[in-house]
Amino acid sequence: MQWEVVIGLEIHTQLATQSKIFSGSATTFGSEPNTQASLVDLGMPGVLPVLNQEAVRMACMFGLAIDAEIGKRNVFARKNYFYPDLPKGYQISQMDLPIVGKGHLDIALEDGTIKRIGVTRAHLEEDAGKSLHEDFSGSTGIDLNRAGTPLLEIVSEPDMRSAKEAVAYVKAIHALVRYLGICDGNMAEGSLRCDCNVSIRPKGQTEFGTRCEIKNVNSFRFIERAINSEIQRQIDLIEDGGKVIQETRLYDPNKDETRSMRSKEEANDYRYFPDPDLLPVVIEDSFLETIRAGLPELPPQKVERFQSQYGLSAYDANVLASSREQADYFEQVVKIGGDAKLAANWVMVELGSLLNKLGIEIDQSPVSAEQLGGMLLRIRDNTISGKIAKTVFEAMAAGEGDADSIIESKGLKQVTDTGAIDKMLDEMLAANAEQVEQYRAADEAKRGKMFGFFVGQAMKASKGKANPGQVNQLLKAKLEG
Amino acid sequence: MALERCDVEKIAHLARLGLHEGELPRITDALNSILGLVDQMQAVDTTGIEPLAHPLEASQRLRPDQVTESNQRDAYQAIAPSTESGLYLVPKVIE
Amino acid sequence: MHQLTLAEIARGLADKSFSSEELTGALLARIKQLDPQLNSFISVTEELALGQARAADARRAAGEIGTLLGAPIAHKDLFCTNGVRTSCGSKMLDNFKAPYDATVVAKLAEAGMVTLGKTNMDEFAMGSANESSHYGAVKNPWNLEHVPGGSSGGSAAAVAARLLPVTTGTDTGGSIRQPAALTNLTGLKPTYGRVSRWGMIAYASSLDQGGPLARTAEDCALLLQGMAGFDAKDSTSIDEPVPDYSANLNASLQGLRIGLPKEYFGAGLDPRIAELVQASVKELEKLGAVVKEISLPNMQHAIPAYYVIAPAEASSNLSRFDGVRFGYRCEEPKDLTDLYKRSRGEGFGAEVQRRIMVGTYALSAGYYDAYYVKAQQIRRLIKNDFMAAFEGVDLILGPTTPNPAWKLGAKSSDPVAAYLEDVYTITANLAGLPGLSMPAGFVDGLPVGVQLLAPYFQEGRLLNVAHRYQQVTDWHTRAPNGF
Repeated sequence: MQWEVVIGLEIHTQLATQSKIFSGSATTFGSEPNTQASLVDLGMPGVLPVLNQEAVRMACMFGLAIDAEIGKRNVFARKNYFYPDLPKGYQISQMDLPIVGKGHLDIALEDGTIKRIGVTRAHLEEDAGKSLHEDFSGSTGIDLNRAGTPLLEIVSEPDMRSAKEAVAYVKAIHALVRYLGICDGNMAEGSLRCDCNVSIRPKGQTEFGTRCEIKNVNSFRFIERAINSEIQRQIDLIEDGGKVIQETRLYDPNKDETRSMRSKEEANDYRYFPDPDLLPVVIEDSFLETIRAGLPELPPQKVERFQSQYGLSAYDANVLASSREQADYFEQVVKIGGDAKLAANWVMVELGSLLNKLGIEIDQSPVSAEQLGGMLLRIRDNTISGKIAKTVFEAMAAGEGDADSIIESKGLKQVTDTGAIDKMLDEMLAANAEQVEQYRAADEAKRGKMFGFFVGQAMKASKGKANPGQVNQLLKAKLEG
Repeated sequence: MALERCDVEKIAHLARLGLHEGELPRITDALNSILGLVDQMQAVDTTGIEPLAHPLEASQRLRPDQVTESNQRDAYQAIAPSTESGLYLVPKVIE
Repeated sequence: MHQLTLAEIARGLADKSFSSEELTGALLARIKQLDPQLNSFISVTEELALGQARAADARRAAGEIGTLLGAPIAHKDLFCTNGVRTSCGSKMLDNFKAPYDATVVAKLAEAGMVTLGKTNMDEFAMGSANESSHYGAVKNPWNLEHVPGGSSGGSAAAVAARLLPVTTGTDTGGSIRQPAALTNLTGLKPTYGRVSRWGMIAYASSLDQGGPLARTAEDCALLLQGMAGFDAKDSTSIDEPVPDYSANLNASLQGLRIGLPKEYFGAGLDPRIAELVQASVKELEKLGAVVKEISLPNMQHAIPAYYVIAPAEASSNLSRFDGVRFGYRCEEPKDLTDLYKRSRGEGFGAEVQRRIMVGTYALSAGYYDAYYVKAQQIRRLIKNDFMAAFEGVDLILGPTTPNPAWKLGAKSSDPVAAYLEDVYTITANLAGLPGLSMPAGFVDGLPVGVQLLAPYFQEGRLLNVAHRYQQVTDWHTRAPNGF
C-alpha cells in the first residue's frame, strides 16, 4: 500500500510586545512566579481587558508579509473551558472573524524546488499560565506570569506531504517572524510552539484520513521526529487492521514516540461567542499602509535579490537569507570585501562551522563582518593565499585582532615575487632531480599525482608562503622542460 | 426541546456545577420552564437581521504598548485559598 | 438629619450647619437601629466611614468645596471596594476582600463621599426581589412582608427607609428602576457605556450599567455627576463628554413630545397602575408636554431574548469563580474536577446555578444559532423599534412594573413568574438606552413607579422631566411608616 501523508501545522508565536495583550503587565520571560500577574491577568472579579495596539500592528505586519487578506473588522471571542492555568475560565481568542485571513508562504525544499504552502488564517489570542506538576506533593502549582501574553496563532492549510516539508515550513515561519521583529522565535523558551496535525491516506485518494494532533513540539528536530514517528504509528495501526482515532497526542523525545493525552481526550464544547467586554477591532486602510511602508525586505525578496545582485545560486541565496542577521552580515562582508561569491563561501562554510562548533548565533560571532571583509580583501589582492587565510581566520576568531595586524605579526604575507619563486623552485627541483626524471618519463595519468609531490615540496620550501597559483604555473613550465 | 435528566447532567458538567442527585428533577423542571419561555423567540421572523452584540456600535480602542503594572503578588495572594512559594495550588493535574 | 436629601446635605455641609463626621455618626447609628428590620446592608464600614468623614471635614476646612464632599454613600455589594468585603450577595465571595476599588467607588471617594457600607442584593445581580441573597432577603420598608424589588434591593430599601439619601445600584434588566418603583424612589440607569464597569462585578457585560438611587431627581443628578465619565480601563466605556446634569433640571417641558407605547397597556398590567400612569401623563401635559401613542412592536419578544443573552454572558463571566485564586473553596477537594464542582456547587445559590446552566446550554454546540444568535437578532429589532420611535418623540413613558411589590416568597418557587415582571424595563438594557423610574402614586399602600426612556446620552432630559414632575407632585416626598 502506497501511503500519502497530509500535514497541517498550527504555530503559536508569542508576540514581542513590552506589555501583555489585554493588560499592562510586563512580558519578560523567567521572572519569579506570579510577579507579572496583574488583576486583569488573574481574572479577578470586576476586571476588564483593553487591547494592546502593538499586538494589532504586529499581526498586521505578519498578514501583509504573507500576502494575506487583513480582517478589517475583526472580533475577539471567548473560548470557554476550565483549566487552572486559565484564570477566567475562558481564553480570549478570535473565531469567526480573525485579524488575518488567507495567505501563503513559499518554502525551499531540499531538491531546490519551491513549494507554496497555504496559510488559512492567523489570529490574536492570549496565552495561558503555566502548571508545575513536580515539587508539590499531591498538588500542582500555577504560575500566571505567562497568562495574557499576546499570541499570534498561525494555521496552515494541510498542504505539507512529509516531515521535511513541515520542518521547512516551520523554519520559514520562524525566519519570517524574526525578520519582522514580531517574535524572537526562541522555541526553548516557548516563544514559538508548534502543534502538528498528521493523517495518512492511500495515494490517489482525495478524502483526508483521520488526523491526530501532536501538541507543543518545541524544536525543529523534534518536529521532524515526532511527525515521522506518528506517520509510522498510523501506518502500522491501519496495516494491522486498526483505525486511527482522532485525538491529541504528546511527543516523548526519549522514547521517540507519541502518546495520547489523557486530559484532553474528552471533546470540549468551547461555546465560542463574541467577547462582550471588547468591541470589534476596525483596521483603517491608512494604518495598513503605514505598516506596509515600514516592512523590512522579506526573505523571498532578499533571496531574489541575492541571486540577481550578487549572482549567487538559489541554494546559496536561501541559506544566506535564512536569517536577517546572517543576510545583513553577508552583505556587510561583500560591501567591504568586494567579492560576493568569495564572501558567500566564507560565511556559509568557514564561519558557519565556527559558529556551529561554538554553539552560537551569528550575532555573537567573534569575527565581525568588517574583519572578515577585510581579510577577503587580502586574499583578493594576493597578500595571502586562500589556505593561509584559514590561519588568519582562526586567529581573528581567537581575538588576536584584524587580518592586517595578524598577517604582519605572524609574518604570513604571501611570497609573490616571481623571481624569488623561480629561484626557490629551481633549488627544489635540483634537490629532487631523480623525481624530475621519473616525472618526465611517466605518462599523463601518473604525472598528476607526481605533480602534487612537487607542489608539496615547494610549499614546504617556502614555508607555505609562496603563492600557489604562481607555483603551479612556474612548476608546470619547468617540469615540461 | 425539553431537557432530559442526562442533558442537565451534561450541562452541569460543562459548567462544573456539582449537583446533588435529589436536586436533578427540580432543576430539570425549572430549566424546562425557562426554556419554554425562551422558545417563544422562534415565532419571530429574523431573516436577514444582523445580530446586535453591543448596543452602541462603537469600535475597540487601542492602548499603547507600555508596562503599567508592578508586582503586587503579596497583596493579591493574601486573599488566595492556597499558595506555596508564590504559586497557586490546586489538586494535582495529570496531563 | 436623615430627612435631608443629598442636595440639602450639600448645603448644610457648605454652610457648616453640621460636619460630615456628625452626619456620618448619626446615620451609622440609625442604620444600626433600623436596618435589622430591613436587612439592607451586608457590611457596614464604620471605621472607614468615620475616617473618610474626618478627612472630608479637613478638606472642607482647608477651603475645598464640592457637592459630594463629606456626603454619605453606600455601594451595592458588587462594586469592588479595596480592603472591604465585596460579596455580590453570594457565599462564593463571602470571604472576598476586594484588592482594588471600582472606578465608581474611587471617583466618589475622590469627590469626598463617605462610604457607610455595602448594600444587600440578589446574588450576582440575578433577581427582581432580593430574595436570593446569601445574606437573606431584604424587606420593603413600605410593607415588611413584601419584597423591595431587585437586584438592587438593599440599595433601594436603605434609601427608602432614610438610612441615607443616596446609594449606587446596577441595572441589567431593570435592577435599579424596578426596586426604585417598588420603594418610592427615583432611580436611573444610564446609557450603556456612560458609567465605567471597571470593578463592577459583571453579570451580563453588554447589559450592565451602574447608576444612582435617590429620593429625588435632583439627588440622582448630583450622584450621576460623580459616577459618569469615560474610563480607559473599560473598553466599553464611551468617550462622550459629561454634561452638567443639574444645570437644566428646571428647563421648560413646553413642546416636549412624549410617546406612550400601545403595547405597554395590555393584559398583564395592573389596571390601577395603568390609571396612575395616565394621571402622571396628565401632569406632564399640564407642564406643556405633548403626548401621542407610539408602537414598539417587538417588545413582547424582549423577555425571552434577555433570558438567553444575560444568562449566556453570565455563564461565562462566572467561570472565574472556581476556588483557585480567591473566594470560596470547598473542603478537601479530591481532585481538580471535585474542586471546581463542589466549590461552585456549594458557593452559588439556586438561581445563579439555573442561569449559568441556561446560559451554558444557549451557547453550546447545536444551540448557539437557535438561541444566542436569535436573541441578538431580536435585540436589533428592539433597538430599531426605539430608533424609529425617537424620530417622532423625545421621550417614551410607561409603567416601570406591571404589579406593585409582591409578598416575600410569592414568586420564589417559579422563576419564570418573576421574569415576567421585567417586561417594561428589559428593553432599555437590550438597546442600551437610558431609563429612569420616578414615584407616581400608591396601590394598596405600595409605591408605583412611572418609567421614562430617552435617546442615547440624554440622561439630562430624563432628570429634567422627573424634576419638573416632582415640583408639581409630592409622591416622592412620602416616607414609609416607622422610618
